[in-house]
Order: sequence, then C-alpha cells, then structure tokens
Amino acid sequence: MAKHPVSLKVNGDEHDLLIEPRKTLLAVLRDTIGLTGTKEGCSTGDCGACTVIVDGKAVTSCMVLGVTASGKEITTIEGLASDGELHPIQQAFIDTGGYQCGFCTPGFIMASKALVDENPDRTEEEFRFALGGNICRCTGYTKILEAVLQAAEEIRTNS
Amino acid sequence: MKSFEFFEPTTLAEASSLFAQKHAQLLAGGTDLVIGMKAYTETPETVISLQKIPGLDGITTDNDKSISIGAMTKVRQVELSEDIQQYHTALAEGASEIGSIQIRNLATIGGNIAHASPAADTVAGLLVADAQVDIASADGERSVPINELFTGPGQTVLKPGEIITQFRLLHPASGSHYIKHKIREVMDLAFIGVASAVNMQNGVIKEARIGLAAVAPTPIRATEAENLLSGKTPTPELLAQAGEAAAAATSPISDLRCSAEHRKEMVDVLTRRTLQNALDRV
Repeated sequence: MAKHPVSLKVNGDEHDLLIEPRKTLLAVLRDTIGLTGTKEGCSTGDCGACTVIVDGKAVTSCMVLGVTASGKEITTIEGLASDGELHPIQQAFIDTGGYQCGFCTPGFIMASKALVDENPDRTEEEFRFALGGNICRCTGYTKILEAVLQAAEEIRTNS
Repeated sequence: MKSFEFFEPTTLAEASSLFAQKHAQLLAGGTDLVIGMKAYTETPETVISLQKIPGLDGITTDNDKSISIGAMTKVRQVELSEDIQQYHTALAEGASEIGSIQIRNLATIGGNIAHASPAADTVAGLLVADAQVDIASADGERSVPINELFTGPGQTVLKPGEIITQFRLLHPASGSHYIKHKIREVMDLAFIGVASAVNMQNGVIKEARIGLAAVAPTPIRATEAENLLSGKTPTPELLAQAGEAAAAATSPISDLRCSAEHRKEMVDVLTRRTLQNALDRV
C-alpha cells in the first residue's frame, strides 16, 4: 500500500516522513523516529504506557494512526527536560520514588503533565480518577500519586 | 494490522462516496477502529478519516436552549461542556464514564453512537435527551430519532455511504442522571447503563424519559415506565412502579460480565435511583 507523506513536529523538531497508514503514532515515534521513551504496554488503550501529548492533550498513541497526526505538535517524555534541567514532574517522580521498574513511568509522567498543565488545583481524589487510564504493574501507586501532588504543588507555587 | 488504502477527504460528499464502497470503514477518533484493526476483527480495505472535514465538531447552544453536538466532537468536550452539564446532565455523566481521559481526548460522540454497542456510555443520555441524529450522504440528508437508529448489536439503520453529522438535543431536562453499573471506577464497560430525565410543572411530572443501555440487543427507552410517571406527583411508590416497568421492558443476556437476572433486577433499582436523583436536581 502507498506510503503517505507526513510532517510531525515532535518535541520541537520537524520530521518529514513517508509512512504506511497502518502504522500507529506509537510505532512512528519509536521505530521511525527512534524515540523509544514512549512505551508499548497493552496496545489496546487500557494501560496508558504509550501516553504522549498531542496539541496539548494527553492521548494513548497506540490508538492513533500516525498519518492522522500530521501537522500536529507532539510532546514525548524525551521533550520534557530542557537544557539538562528536568521538568518538575520528572524531578518529583525521582524525589518520591514514584517509579519501580520504570516501564509505566513515561506514560504516567506525560498524563500527569497534561493534568497539571490543565489544572494543578485538583484534589488528591481528582488526580486519582484522572490517572485511572494508567496502570503500574509494580503497583507503586502511592509514590506515583505523591509525585504528582508534589509537582502540582510546585507548579502552583511557581505560577 | 492489515494494510489499507487511506483517505482524508475534506468534504462530506467525497467521504460519503468513498464510504459507499465495499469494505470501507470510517475513522472518527479511532479508539474502536484502530484497536479492532490490530486485533484483525476489523479488516477494511479502505479507511476514510473524517478528521479533515470542517464543521463536524463543536457544541452550539441556541436561545431556546436546544443544543447541537457535531458528530466529531470529542467525548471529553461533551463531558466538560457547561451547557450539556446543565441541560443534559445525564449525557455529560455518560461521557465522563468512557475509558480514560487519554481515550476521551480521542473518542468522538459520533463514533460512540455509530459503533452501535448496546453498552455505549453516551447512548442513555442521548436517549433521554430525545436526540435527533442528522445523517448525510451523497444522496442528501435525513434525520432519525436516536431511539430508531439502532437495529441490533453493532447494527444501525445507516445505509452504505451514510455518515452521522450531528446530534440535536431539542428538549432540555431540568433534572437528569446517569448511572453506569460497573466494577471498576474507571476503564470499565457498563454491565448496564440507566439514565432518567424529568421536567416538572406545578409539582407533577410533566414528562419523564428513561434510557437503558446493555439490557437489550439495542439501547432502549422504557416508554411504559415513562407513561406511568407522566402527569403524576412523584412518590416512592410511583418510582417503584416505574422501576418495575423499566425492568419489564428489558431483554438482557447473561454473559461473562453478569447474569440476565442481575441485569433485570438492577434496572429496577437504578431506574428508581436515577429518577430520584433527577427529581432532586430539578
């Protein structure tokens, strides 16, 4: 089948690619562009490991055809740190031990970033519900939630 | 995933004529289709994205409080719309029950309905809103009431080439409520879904609508229960009668999620509960 020309802006970098329509955004990011920070867990939208931010919204990239992301602005876990400085959410996951094996961490961090950007004033319970689409196989939820609350607090204070 | 031809038309007419071909599928948000294609339960030869057609998304409210929701409107936007939260609370609640935020940022209300799952979370809210479904094709336009759209699990009256363009919610409810019966708080499918909506006049129920999901081959309205309520003063006995009538209108199946008996019993319970909550919200 014919490949389609696709322009993706990923973490600020333009990528002009020719891709098969059946390739998911997740596959394009990992296999074509080589950004393997975004993980493939269940590949059915249930686990949230593949979460990236597209035009400001957190989405499960395993459910998106890469061709439909053309022209959109995509942020992955690789795009969060700037000038060697970790994003407050990344730092919070380290400070609280909000990761164990690390596989779910990029998805949790990207989902959390979108939530905190949208509204850092959520209560603990609201953050729990809003992160319901992310699963941690190590069941490290307490520390993950601590990380998100710490980052939200820091972003509230600095804004 | 099987290979397919991919099209991104910019007009409905073009999308409709492509969609009229054999083995073609529409791509709205992709949260059902892409997963189906990966599992090889969907193997379209042609996939037509609706994402580049202008005018298919967004929520508009008219002066008479009637609301139009474009078919390509994201479920997350339906959930967060203040007008829908106010006039069609049950629909906003249903939208908030779908998947995760990441999925609701992708999934569209048109896709949720066109997929025609009897368990769709927005369907009970659209039923009690008495929504009109606007449909376009190369042959023209038509409109069907939402309770006449479905013909069976995964089946609708949509003909080849026909595309849902918007939902028109002409009858705001002063109180409505949706309950999804489920195990997990999020990321679960409905065992059953029940929505009730009421409008009151001088202490009596002027009109009541009850929508039921996942308790029959298609989503249904419990019209006998609605008729029981109309023109009456709400009492616990009346709501109990309505609950029984709603349960009698169902024909649920037993599956791995729960038994038919449990579904019928819970329709009774949740009809009463959603009616009471809808009344409390008036």
